[in-house]
Amino acid sequence: MGNIEKITISLRGIKKLYKVGDQEVAALNGIDLDIKEGEFAALMGPSGSGKSTLMNILGCLDRPSVGSYRLDGQEVAHLSDDMLAKTRNQKIGFVFQNFNLLSRISALENVALPLVYAGVDSDEREERAMYFLEQVGLADRADHQPNELSGGQRQRVAIARALVNDPQIIMADEPTGNLDTKSTKEIMEIFQSMHEKGRTIILVTHEPDIAVCASRQLLVRDGVITRDEGKGVVLDVV
Amino acid sequence: MAFTALLANKMRSLLTMLGIIIGVGAVIAMVSVGMGVKSDVVSSISSLGSNMLIVSPGSTDRGGIRGAAGSRTNLKYDDALAIKEKAKNIDFVSPSVSRSYQIVYGNQNWNSSVMGVTPEYMSIRSLEVGTGSFITENDNNKRNRVAVIGSTVATNLFGTSNPVGQNIRVNNQPFKVIGVLESKGQSSMGQDQDDVVIVPLTTAMERLMAMDYVSSVNIQVSDSNKMDQVQEDIEVLLRQRHKIIGGKADDFNVRNMTSLMETMNQTTTMLTILLGSIAGISLVVGGIGIMNIMMVSVTERTREIGIRKALGATFQNIMMQFLIESVVIGVIGGIIGIGIGCGLSMLVGKFGNFTTVITPLPVFVSFSFSVGIGLFFGIYPARKAAKLDPIEALRYE
Ligand SMILES: Nc1ncnc2c1ncn2[C@@H]1O[C@H](COP(=O)(O)OP(=O)(O)OP(=O)(O)O)[C@@H](O)[C@H]1O
Ligand SMILES: [Mg+2]
Repeated sequence: MGNIEKITISLRGIKKLYKVGDQEVAALNGIDLDIKEGEFAALMGPSGSGKSTLMNILGCLDRPSVGSYRLDGQEVAHLSDDMLAKTRNQKIGFVFQNFNLLSRISALENVALPLVYAGVDSDEREERAMYFLEQVGLADRADHQPNELSGGQRQRVAIARALVNDPQIIMADEPTGNLDTKSTKEIMEIFQSMHEKGRTIILVTHEPDIAVCASRQLLVRDGVITRDEGKGVVLDVV
Repeated sequence: MAFTALLANKMRSLLTMLGIIIGVGAVIAMVSVGMGVKSDVVSSISSLGSNMLIVSPGSTDRGGIRGAAGSRTNLKYDDALAIKEKAKNIDFVSPSVSRSYQIVYGNQNWNSSVMGVTPEYMSIRSLEVGTGSFITENDNNKRNRVAVIGSTVATNLFGTSNPVGQNIRVNNQPFKVIGVLESKGQSSMGQDQDDVVIVPLTTAMERLMAMDYVSSVNIQVSDSNKMDQVQEDIEVLLRQRHKIIGGKADDFNVRNMTSLMETMNQTTTMLTILLGSIAGISLVVGGIGIMNIMMVSVTERTREIGIRKALGATFQNIMMQFLIESVVIGVIGGIIGIGIGCGLSMLVGKFGNFTTVITPLPVFVSFSFSVGIGLFFGIYPARKAAKLDPIEALRYE
């Protein structure tokens, strides 16, 4: 992190509107947010407040109905599907609550998948995938299929996959939601060390004791950010 | 990748391929039967000799009642000799007569068709004599009572002993067997070509059948490009000899075997195309099967598609993934279908009393067709997959 902190993510007036029947529901209702390079931001908030919706837009999986989203200085709010796919591939790594690994291929192949779409040749894919599997301590499980791994191990495979194409940002939507305390601790340690290495992390969680690991805590309520705190404050979600 | 997906559902992939397998197999088997019929017809016509013109008497026409073609008695041996002498570009002229008789040897008897021919007949029909010799010009001039018999006649009358030199009786007249023909087997029309007794033309006409006319004259033209010219020359010559003038109808027929062959060729090609297209319908049905399964597969793998898209797969990436899969079904189904089709047509050829001919064309066409069908019927499901919204797809249970 240099002296002049670079702004990686910049949202202005972001709204996401859904039509339900003939009613319009605002899942996001005017979000302004800047996230600097290397920040570890935790998104908190009650169920249905719009955290996942915000994450999807931040992760370029979805487009806002209104507003501007500059990622790395580039406006991405209205890119085509394929351009968004490319952006996801190169700049963003995802970790999901339910792991989202492909069940029919090995852990190693799962980790290598983003590299397939980045056009990396197969030797290098394997090498890089193996390196990141080692980083999450699963080198000896490379040939296992996801259903032969524990929940915690699966999430570590998913993290290795998120890291494999060296993205600037890691987006994690409740990554420990399906895990026990021990695995949760292991996963959070990995996030901590990624943060120490200077990666930008955005993490959605319900649990305050996970959120306190982050360098910044954001509270979302009814589609707007109501609180924005530094490290150490314990936000009352409910 | 496509193979992994197909292997994950072996039974289903196989059932999907079955449509293509049956389609391709049926096309190849059907077309090979059609082509077999065609080659039979062609070979039976060309076994009559290539570049052949056949002159036969016209039908009788008395008081408006037309007799059967060839029932006239006005085509003479002299006509044949005149053609031989005057017409250009011909190799052989072979007049013939034929009638059925009972043939007797010792206490054996056999009904067979007796043909009176000139020595040219041997060349024109590409006959070969197994033992002994064929009738000669001398036999013909002297009206010798000699006969060359086909192998069916030989076995029925003589069993395994050598007929050459023995006397047989035809219509109670003694004929000396001077040769036995090499077997030619069945014609494509199912006639036994070895069930024949050949005697000199003059002997047959004057001593056996008491007729002063011939039943047909076969003419071999030396150059296939001259067929029409020669045919016309012969028609003019015969009209002249038979004193037919002006617009009066010919009292003879000249048939051109080359044009007959063309007609038959067209007919059998039509037959082949018809058989092939009927079988082709099952190929299309097979394609619909592919589409059906691919649709199911896309729905089933919605989540996988969502994951791939989240990781950066573009429209084209997903499209290709599914297209390759359906093309692979087409390719593998096509290959197995070719194997089964060829096997089937060989079985039919061996046990079905059919000639079957496998040519590269239907194999190639039906294979490319099955690949094309995989591609065509894969496009819709693949597009459907590629257009899925990643968030919707990831949420899919
Ligand atoms: N496709 C959609 N159509 C209509 N409404 C939607 C759609 N997606 C989300 N919403 C609505 O947007 C709001 C925010 O949903 P979101 O999933 O972002 O909540 P969340 O904060 O992630 O909740 P949780 O903590 O339970 O995951 C909800 O009221 C939801 O009903
Ligand atoms: Mg959520």
